[in-house]
Amino acid sequence: MPNIKELTDLTTQVRRDIIRMVHKVNSGHPGGSLGCAEFFVSLYQELMETKDGFDMDGIGEDLFFLSNGHISPVYYSVLARSGYFPVEELNTFRLINTRLQGHPTTHEGLPGIRIASGSLGQGMSVAIGAAQAKKLNNDDHLVYSLHGDGELQEGQNWEAIMYASAKKVDNLISTVDLNQQQIDGSTDDVLPMGSLRAKFEAFGWTVLDIEKGNDIEAVIKGMKEAKSLTGKGKPVCVLLHTVMGNGIDFMMHTHAWHGKAPNDEQLANGLAQNPETLGDY
Amino acid sequence: MKTYTYTEKKDTRSGFGAGLAELGRTNPNVVALCADLIGSLKMDEFIKENPERFFQIGIAEANMMGIAAGLTIGGKIPFTGTFANFSTGRVYDQIRQSIAYSGKNVKICASHAGLTLGEDGATHQILEDIGLMKMLPGMVVINPCDYNQTKAATIAIADYDGPVYLRFGRPSVPIFTPADQKFEIGKAIKFTEGTDVTIVATGHLVWEALEASKALHEAGISAEVINIHTIKPLDDKAILDSVAKTGCIVTAEEHNHLGGLGESVARVLAQHRPTPQEFVATNDTFGESGTPAQLMDKYGLNSEAIQNAVKKVLKRK
Ligand SMILES: Cc1ncc(C[n+]2csc(CCOP(=O)(O)OP(=O)(O)O)c2C)c(N)n1
Ligand SMILES: [Mg+2]
Repeated sequence: MPNIKELTDLTTQVRRDIIRMVHKVNSGHPGGSLGCAEFFVSLYQELMETKDGFDMDGIGEDLFFLSNGHISPVYYSVLARSGYFPVEELNTFRLINTRLQGHPTTHEGLPGIRIASGSLGQGMSVAIGAAQAKKLNNDDHLVYSLHGDGELQEGQNWEAIMYASAKKVDNLISTVDLNQQQIDGSTDDVLPMGSLRAKFEAFGWTVLDIEKGNDIEAVIKGMKEAKSLTGKGKPVCVLLHTVMGNGIDFMMHTHAWHGKAPNDEQLANGLAQNPETLGDY
Repeated sequence: MKTYTYTEKKDTRSGFGAGLAELGRTNPNVVALCADLIGSLKMDEFIKENPERFFQIGIAEANMMGIAAGLTIGGKIPFTGTFANFSTGRVYDQIRQSIAYSGKNVKICASHAGLTLGEDGATHQILEDIGLMKMLPGMVVINPCDYNQTKAATIAIADYDGPVYLRFGRPSVPIFTPADQKFEIGKAIKFTEGTDVTIVATGHLVWEALEASKALHEAGISAEVINIHTIKPLDDKAILDSVAKTGCIVTAEEHNHLGGLGESVARVLAQHRPTPQEFVATNDTFGESGTPAQLMDKYGLNSEAIQNAVKKVLKRK
């Protein structure tokens, strides 16, 4: 298992990857990606039990589904740096003929991806189906999923949330990236959702907050606790309190960087704040 | 041959934004709804001037369609705004039951249609929306070709009583139609007179068709370019009159050949005047990430592709 220094270094490198990828093609979504860097690193380096190589069915291993597909940069960076495909391929993000499509896709056969996402609000249903397939297969591995907080405004989520508890899908940990931002402003400006804890609890889920969602130790501790709550008859929801744009001061706490690429100067500034650790791709 | 030039390029979605802003000033019944994409739909000006007539729905397109249907009951004219994919496929049954079947006066305004939204890739690039929407009984389907036409269409659909699907896009494209045009739903526009081949185009492909006709002219081929901005109801007469003269036709659209303008044209021709036709459209495929120009080239949706289709169809006369 990597130590905290190694995980922190990897997270810094992931942040570099994110802004370099987005800068190169002048498109993509750095804000949400940066806020979830610690979560992805924890998931793929510490929490998930995965087999070597990649196969679609993922029998005998934990699975992850990204529902808020626009944060593909962090997903691709962590997948590459966890060995799913060559790190150099990050160079092709969003370019024509790439496997690293703007939003994750199975269509191009990128290892690590099991469902297309990008149109919001569909991932939890898929994660539930995969979790139920695990039960049918007597596979006691877990299914993880990630969702944007703005994304929860989509009604399909609430159909899924209702279903998962009713059907006792207790091998599922759905995490919400609670950065309180979406495209047109803060979630409270666009459509206030009140207490997500109260809502998930009312729908029969076990809910756990990770208050320091950009502190890798706190994320690992919280997710391990979430893991310990599985298998008890209820699905588990993690409310991950993150900062949009985390780690690059001028991108933090604002929806402005939801889907905007840095210019040359901003890239240099962002990279200076995150010195190279494992080596750029 | 009449040729077209341009001095400025703009995105058609900005034409929508400008038209909506003007409606805000002239028609007190017009209301607007958006699902967390105000900037992308260029709705800022309308919202600034008419905050009480704007509804921010959040990321909840199905709810938006239902609310729009409800707003018509009481005389409002709702304009919904989101990407084309989330304006159609995402909410098809809500549109079908609460808007189309119920005969509600909702204007479904859809940006980022087709491949030209570029890098976001296939999840956002709908190439099936014209087909989906034209199949709904009573639905008007409009795909304007430049900023001015989109603005004029936006203004015109407010005066039409019934559901409309208005499709436009993200990239900057030449402005070549007049600023003061009157937009007539269902009325084709003849851009060039020709005798050898008819080219019928919609949306971003109209400019490409004009470019193709220039090149064809130099090669001694006389093309008649017709802009079909309204795919439904289709201007059958304009198409039939033109092919009576030219004897062959190429259709061009940023859409799947299944379900698009080309198929609507083929139906008219099959019924009234069987005519050789070639399709410039995507070939039953999803899109992908890339720049708009790369994608239009890879998927055969530009002037060159139209010229090739013309050469092919001429041989079939
Ligand atoms: C169904 C659907 N509607 C709209 C969009 C456009 N869109 C992409 S991301 C986004 C905002 C998402 O907010 P959130 O889930 O909080 O993600 P964050 O901005 O925090 O990364 C929107 C509206 C979409 N991708 N899918
Ligand atoms: Mg958010």
